[in-house]
Amino acid sequence: MSTTETTASGIGPVEGAELYNVDHPAPLIEAPRRRTKKTPKSTRGNFELAAWLFMRLSGIVLVVLVIGHLIIQLVLDGGVSKVGFAFVAGRWANPYWQVWDLAMLWLAMLHGANGLRTVINDYAERPNSRLWLKGLLYTATVFTILLGTLVIFTFDPNIR
Amino acid sequence: MATPVLDKVEAEASASPYITVTFRIRRFNPEVSAEAVWEDFQLEIDPKERVLDGLHKIKWDLDGTLTFRRSCAHGICGSDAMRINGRNRLACKTLIKDLNPEKPITVEPIKGLTVLKDLVVDMEPFFQAYRDVMPFLITKETNEPTRERLQSAEDRARFDDTTKCILCAACTSSCPVFWNDGQYFGPAAIVNAHRFIFDSRDEAGEQRLEILNDRDGVWRCRTTFNCTDACPRGIEVTKAIAEVKKALITRRF
Repeated sequence: MSTTETTASGIGPVEGAELYNVDHPAPLIEAPRRRTKKTPKSTRGNFELAAWLFMRLSGIVLVVLVIGHLIIQLVLDGGVSKVGFAFVAGRWANPYWQVWDLAMLWLAMLHGANGLRTVINDYAERPNSRLWLKGLLYTATVFTILLGTLVIFTFDPNIR
Repeated sequence: MATPVLDKVEAEASASPYITVTFRIRRFNPEVSAEAVWEDFQLEIDPKERVLDGLHKIKWDLDGTLTFRRSCAHGICGSDAMRINGRNRLACKTLIKDLNPEKPITVEPIKGLTVLKDLVVDMEPFFQAYRDVMPFLITKETNEPTRERLQSAEDRARFDDTTKCILCAACTSSCPVFWNDGQYFGPAAIVNAHRFIFDSRDEAGEQRLEILNDRDGVWRCRTTFNCTDACPRGIEVTKAIAEVKKALITRRF
C-alpha cells in the first residue's frame, strides 16, 4: 500500500502521512472531504436528495400496493388456494393489474436496492468491498427488474 | 455511659458523605503499548461530586499519567466530552450519584476519532467538518456596517436552539454513520450550519445548503437520535438536521 494514495473513504492510507507511525500508533482518520488527488471534483448534486425523497414517496405507495396485493392474493376469494396459472393469467389479461404489478416490481426493487446501497455505504469499510458489493447489488437489481418487466409484458396465457 | 459515645461515633460515620467508587478507565499510551487497557481506580468520593472531580483525584493523587482534556470544568468549554458508562457525556456535568456508584464507572474516550492518549482524541476531523460549513456570518454587503444588524425576536428564536452548541463532539462521536468512516459531516457541523442558515441576517444560507447537499451531507443522517440523546446542552440535534433536509427539499421543488 502506497502512502500517497487515498480514497474518498476515510479508511485507507492518508495522503502525506503514514497510516501508523510513532506519533499515531492508532490508524489516522483522514480529515473529511480533504482535497487529495483522488477526491472527485464535487460530490454534490441532487442524487442523494432525490434518493432520500424517493425512499419516502415509494415507501408510501408501496404500503398501498403491497398490502392490496397481499389481500387480493391471500385473503379474498378463498385465499391462497385459488392462486394458480389460470388466476395469474386472468389477472394479467387486464392492463390495470399489469400496471399494478409493474409499479410494485419497479418501486420495490428500487426501494430495496437503494436501501441496501445505504447499508453498504454505512457498513462496508474498505473501498474495494464497497465496489464489489454495490456491483453485485446493481447487477441483481437490473436483472430482476428487466426479467420481471419482460414477463409482465410478454406473458402468453396459451403457453404450454 | 458507653452508649452515647458509641452513638456519636456511629452518627459521625454515617454522616460522612464519602463513598468508595471504582473508576474503570480505558487507558491508552502509544509509548507503552499499541493496545488500550482498562484500569481500575478506587476512590473515596462524595457522590454529589462530578466524574471530573474523580478524574482530578486520580490524576492529582493516584496516577499523574492519566491524560484527559478539560478547561472550564463547568459545562461551557466542551473539552471533556467522554463516554461514561457507555454514553457520551461531559465529565463536568455528570454527578457520581446519577451513575449507580455501586458498580464501576466506565470512562472511555469518545468513539469515531483517533485516540491520542488515554481520553484525548484527535479532534481535527471534527473541526474540519465544522469549518466546511462556514460557521460565520456572511453578507452580500461587503462594506463595513455602519449600524447594528437588527433582528426581530421571532427571527432570533428561529435558530435559538442551535446557538447553544459548545462543540464538545458528544453528538458527532455518538453517530453510527460517523463511526464508519468519519467522512459524514456529523451532527455538530450540521447544527452549526443550521444556526446560520436560519439566521435572517445571514445571506449565505444557499451556499451552506449546497455544501450539506453533499454525498456525505445531511442525507447520510439515519435519524437514530443518538445525537439528541448525547447532547449535554439539550439541543434537539436530529430536529435541526431534519429542518435542514426540509429546507433543501423545499428549495428544490
